[in-house]
Order: sequence, then C-alpha cells, then structure tokens
Amino acid sequence: MNKILQIDVEQICKTCGNDRTKMMDIVRAVQDKYGQVSDEAINIIAKCTKCNRVEVEGLVTFYAFFSKKPKGKVTIRLCNDVVDKMSGLERVEQAFKKELGINFGQTTSDGISLEYTPCIGMCDQAPAALVNDEVITYLSTDKVKELVEDLRKHYDPNKIMHRLGDGNNANMLVHSCVHNGIRKKGGVILGDYKANEGLRNALAISPVEVINEVKNARLRGRGGAGFPTGMKWQFTRAAEGTKKYILCNADEGEPGTFKDRVILTERADLLFEGMAIGGYAIGAQQGILYLRAEYNYLRKLLEKILDDRRSKNLLGKNILGKKGFDFDITIQMGAGAYICGEETALISSCEGLRGDPKTRPPFPAQKGYLGNPSAVNNVETLCCVTRIMEMGAAWFAELGSKGSPSTKLLSISGDCRLPGVYEFPFGIKVSDLLKEVGAEDAQAVLVGGPSGQIIGPNEFRRTICYDDLATGGAVVIFGPQRDMVEIAAEYMEFFVEESCGFCTPCRVGNVLLKKYLDKILDGKGEPQDLDFLQSLGESIKVTSRCGLGQTSPNPVLTTLKNFRPSYEKRVKEATNGLQPLFDIKKALVPAEEIAKRKSEIFNA
Amino acid sequence: MNGKITFTIDGVEITGKEGQTIMQAADDAGVYIPRLCYHPAVQAHGSCRVCTVIVNGKPQTACTQPITEGMIVENETPELKEHRRNLVDMLFIEGNHMCMFCERSGNCELQAMAYRLGILAPKYPYFYSDKPVDSTHKEIFLELNRCILCGRCVNASRDVDKKGVFEFVNRGLNKQIAVNSQTGLKDTNMSAKDLAAQICPVGSINIKGTAFAIPVDKRLYDKEPIGSDIEAKRK
Repeated sequence: MNKILQIDVEQICKTCGNDRTKMMDIVRAVQDKYGQVSDEAINIIAKCTKCNRVEVEGLVTFYAFFSKKPKGKVTIRLCNDVVDKMSGLERVEQAFKKELGINFGQTTSDGISLEYTPCIGMCDQAPAALVNDEVITYLSTDKVKELVEDLRKHYDPNKIMHRLGDGNNANMLVHSCVHNGIRKKGGVILGDYKANEGLRNALAISPVEVINEVKNARLRGRGGAGFPTGMKWQFTRAAEGTKKYILCNADEGEPGTFKDRVILTERADLLFEGMAIGGYAIGAQQGILYLRAEYNYLRKLLEKILDDRRSKNLLGKNILGKKGFDFDITIQMGAGAYICGEETALISSCEGLRGDPKTRPPFPAQKGYLGNPSAVNNVETLCCVTRIMEMGAAWFAELGSKGSPSTKLLSISGDCRLPGVYEFPFGIKVSDLLKEVGAEDAQAVLVGGPSGQIIGPNEFRRTICYDDLATGGAVVIFGPQRDMVEIAAEYMEFFVEESCGFCTPCRVGNVLLKKYLDKILDGKGEPQDLDFLQSLGESIKVTSRCGLGQTSPNPVLTTLKNFRPSYEKRVKEATNGLQPLFDIKKALVPAEEIAKRKSEIFNA
Repeated sequence: MNGKITFTIDGVEITGKEGQTIMQAADDAGVYIPRLCYHPAVQAHGSCRVCTVIVNGKPQTACTQPITEGMIVENETPELKEHRRNLVDMLFIEGNHMCMFCERSGNCELQAMAYRLGILAPKYPYFYSDKPVDSTHKEIFLELNRCILCGRCVNASRDVDKKGVFEFVNRGLNKQIAVNSQTGLKDTNMSAKDLAAQICPVGSINIKGTAFAIPVDKRLYDKEPIGSDIEAKRK
C-alpha cells in the first residue's frame, strides 16, 4: 500500500470529520491532489468514513469531474455545446489536437488531459474551455496555440496569461477573462438596491408575515418550473422538524443559460441576503449554496463575501440584533452533473450521494436535506425575495403580467449580434426580443434550453412568461443556415450524456431517440421513423421519474412539430424490406473475411 | 376516517389503509398493476416505471404514490399499455435477453411481463450489452448483461441482509450494479441464503446448481400470466 497516499487521504477525511455525508468534499479533495480517485484511495475513504467501498465507487463514477483513472495535472475541458459548435468549435478542436498531439479523452506524456464537457455557462463568449478551474473564452486557433505554449512553461492554470473581464471578474479573487455581458439592466435584479434594507424589513416582522409578503408579490421560481415561492416556504415552515435548511440551486447547467453566473459575480450580496430572509421565513439555521463545479472560479469571491457578511453580523448569531435568529451559509461544490440541478438530485449530492433524484413524495419541504424540511430555490428567485422585502410586494408585481409578475433574466446566445444577459419584464414577445438582440432573420428560437421548446417564426408572436413560453433563462437563436434536425440530435446527445440512468425511459429511451435521429441524418430514415420518434418521445415524457427525463424528448418533439419539413425531406420508403438501422453490407463483413470472398447477393 | 381510504382504479372502488401506496392497496384488493422493479420485501425503487398509472390526470408510479381519499387512478388504458410495452421493450434491447437459453426462462418476471403485455419481439434495435460475467463466488454467479437495474438486490442487501454487497456505479446508459470488492463477488460476505440472492426478477443473480431444475410446464409462469395470483384474490 502507498503510505503517502494513505496519510494524505486519511488527513483529507479527517478534515471533513470522517463524515460520510461530506463525501463530495472528500472525493473532490483527493481528485484535486492526485488527479484521480484510485481503487486504493476509495478503500481508504471507505474505511475512514465507515461505509462500503462500493458506495464510494458509486459516487466517484457518477460525477464527470471525478475519475478513477489517472488524469494529467492539467485538464482542459472544451465545451462542446451546440452554441460552441455554431461558433467555430471544430477549428478549436483541431487546434487542441494538433498543439497537444493527442485526441480527446487522452493525456499527454507531460500531463495535460483533453476532454469535452457540456455547457459551462459561457455561451455568450463561445467557444470556451475550462483549464482546471480557469475559464478561457473566445477560443480561436491562435489562442489555443498561445494557451498550450503558455501552459507548457509552468503547468499552472492560475498562471495562464489572459486579459481580465469586467466588474468583479477583474477582482483578484476571481482573476478571470470572463466578461459579464450585461446588455440590459432591469429594475429588479441588475438595478441599484439598498443593501440589507430587505433583510432589516424582514426581521422587523414575523416569519409568517414575510411569507405572506412573498405570496402577495406572487413570486414564482425562476429556475423554470415556476412553483410559487411563498407556498414552498409555507410548506417548509409548517413541516415538522427542528432543523430546517434553505438550499440555493446554483447548479446552472441548462445548455444556453448563464444568467446565474452574472448574479453570482455581481450580485452575490443580493443573493445571500435573500437566503438569510428565506432562512428567517422558514425557520432554518443553515443555508447551502450548491455551486456547479464549472463556476469554481467564483468560489473565493463568494467565500470572501460570506466572510464580510459574517463580520457585519449579516450572518451568524442574533443577526442584526434579532435575538434568536442564527443563520449561516456554506458552499457545496458540485462535480459535473446536469442532473444535480433537479432539486432532489441536488439534495442527494449535498448529502454525499450519487446525484440521483429522490422518490417524491415525500417532497423536500417535508423531508429534504438529511431528512429535514428543506426549501430549494433558484439563485434569481432568492434575489427577487430581497427586492420584495426592500420595496414591497406591490412594487415587485408592478412589472410583468398577472401570472408572471416582475422581470426575468434571460441568457441570450446563438445567431444574434448582441448575445448576453438581459433583464426584461415578463410578457415580452419573442419577436420584440429578437429585434433587441439583433436576430431579425432567426429561423428558430430555443426558449428554456433543450428541456424547453424550439419554436419557428409562426410562433414568434408568443410571449415569455410562465403561462406561455416558460424559461429558466436560456434563449438560443438559430439563423436560417442551421439544420434543425442536426440541432435536435445535438441536444439529444446532451441528454444521453447527462441522464443519471436511474429510470428506464430516460436511460434507454433517449439513446434510442438519438440513434433514430442519427439514422435520419444519415439518409437512412423512413417515413414511419417520424411516428416512431413521436411515440417513443411521448412514452419518455409520461413515464420518466424526474424533470430531466420528462423534458428530454422536447428537442425532438418540438422540432417534429415546428420543423416537420426538415424531417420529411430526409426520409424515404425503404426498398430492401430490411429492418431499419440494419446495414446488411456492414453485417456481412466478418463473414466475408472468413469466407475470403464477397457476398454475391449483397455486393451489388 | 378510522384509517380507511377509498379511491377508484379504472372506475372500480377500492378501500385501502392509510399509509399504503396505490400498489399495496391494489394488490390487497386483487387489482393487478403491471410492475417489474417493485417487490414487497424491499423499499420501492420506482426505476422501471412499468407501474406508471394516471392519478387525477397526472402520471405517477403506483409503487411510490400514497393513496388519498377519492383519488382517481387509471391503470388499463390503451395509452398506458403502449407506454408499458415501450418500457419493457427498452429493457429487452438494453441487455442480452435470449430467453430460449436462459436459466431463468419461465420464472423470469421480465419475460412474463412481455408475454402479459403481448410483446412477441422487441421493436427497437439491440444495444448488445457487453459486461463481464462474475462467476468467482462458489454459490452465486452474476450475469449483468441481463440486469434491469431494478435495485432489488441493492436494497435487500443493504436494508434486509445488512451487508451492502451491491451498489450502482457509473451513470446513464453505463449505469450498472457493482459488488463491494475489487476482486469479484467471492470476496464479499454474500451468501446464497441472502435475500439479495433470491430476489432478482431476471437471470442476473443466479444460484449455481439450480439451473433448469424445474421442468417446463411446472415453472412459475408456464400456465398463468404474471399477476394471476394477485388477480385471483378478487373473486
């Protein structure tokens, strides 16, 4: 046994209190130190945390950022989202392969690993990559060359030479080339506000009154599902239990979404204030910010802001002199799993488990984090809460529509002149939005990310709000040059990669959808394949266990509905009467090799 | 109240006990809801989705959804039958299920469910699963190419046998069962007497020396379709 490994891993476990529920932090620390979590390390972790090794293995093999096999000291994760592909990803891929002399999935002899990763929240500055925790944006062939040359001087991602982004991106604690890309500030999230006024107002009234104020504001969850926040808090407050938790979902993983990145960079105080208000309202002493691994570059800044808040008594004991109101916030890092944006999967991950969604009921409000009543809220939702408590419910509900009050942050990218983050009042027409962002010639718009809908020009009169086109914030625009069947297939690839595999329809069905789309793209599609896609897609939607599976067929189903001619022109009746997907010539190759002659029938 | 809850399945009134799931109440009443991963001896897993029913207009799994007064459950609708067939089809093509050669044939819940749902041949293309067989244990062998990831062995070993021999590893299509040892099942404390060894619905966890012991015609599902024992209660 490797003695040094044992001492190190034991020390890491000890720092985490040998606590089984801190498994994410333990495994992350081992991965960072050794570039892998080996079988040997798994055994030591299991021993220290008093669990079975196969449980640790189950967690390590679930998350994309953990690896049993050794990785290089530096890992380059190139984002292969649809928008990156539309922004010249192919040239960048070639450049990386050429400069490093390896393929994707391999490691150079000097310890640089090259991989793909799904959307890292940089669609407005694509193509982009993560170099360990560093984000590098606007990649080009020249930039890749410089980057690799630079890396090979020091092998330290923190020392990569780059310009600095705007706002807090230039803060020494972030030191990133990311730029905020704020294109339009609305009055609620990105406007000016009086810091801590909301928290003071909340603490001056009872928790129930705070919940009523949030209810009166008719605030609905900004993550996309739109559940009324006040009601969620009421349930959590009413649930039996002495320990309660407020969890903030900062696992912004929906392809094409990057608005939480901007909030976390520029409005973290607004968010943390909202979490404290939420904690007061539901009776929680502890808040957890679940931060996606891709945003680790913001962690030091967020920790510093939390420290500042502690020193100002905005967190800690008897907050702002309110006797008995003790509340603090910790950050839980994710490790590369889109599914953890699903609230019960997020809770599983916080508990040190595989990011599997949980069976509902019980709902998190009844039994959430470690079995305690918990409220899980989106980053933007909690920011809204702060403003509601500062300015009042009536002020908040002034903008927007009846069912969808106030504003929404939209992350806009793809084929438009002005990608970035926009704060619009709810109810904006898609056509007006397209004008504003410089995309009048759009062929299609993806509203709500791949789990949302892809609409065509005949629906551009529709509005963005909960009752029409609901969105967690992603808007991706496709110009007339794009092939919508290809786009649907790309997004299905994403869902295949990110399915947790728990339930049959999502695990297997999405792979089948992708196979049939590929078949159609390959020119082998038959007319009945379109009905097949429809029927399979509906089965996946109806029978899947969580929101991921229930929405995963949407790229196929919405393009089938809105871009049917793109499919129809590709399919034709099969003439040979063979099973679809079956390539007889390919299947005969091994037999032909053995027989040392070509098939006489199928060689025509 | 007195703990009794009345609701309907396909229009038939059923009275269950407070705290029961739809599946438990339906089983007691002799109404069969097709299922694969559910087993009364272990915690409901809700992964196969075959027991999906429509509850007050919304899809839910019968094995996890608690009953409430007056709830309206739809079970045998043409749409649900089609979804169930699609799900069972998916499980067939995901693994390697060659029923004619399989030790579990005739006693296999997946095979029996396919027959009950009228599936004669899968309509999807096969994935040709290629996982190694673990025959290291003297009493038990594992053939994970037939596993349907129902989680019964995981839950049984953890909660009933108190051993934790099995867990899930990897994710997505690569998700599979793994054992609590780097060197195969032989180096775990698994025993053929464990519930985990007895509870597999398919031919994935097998007791050595028992294959084909039951003659054709005497096997579990040779004469009556799966679920007949439950339906027999309703007379």
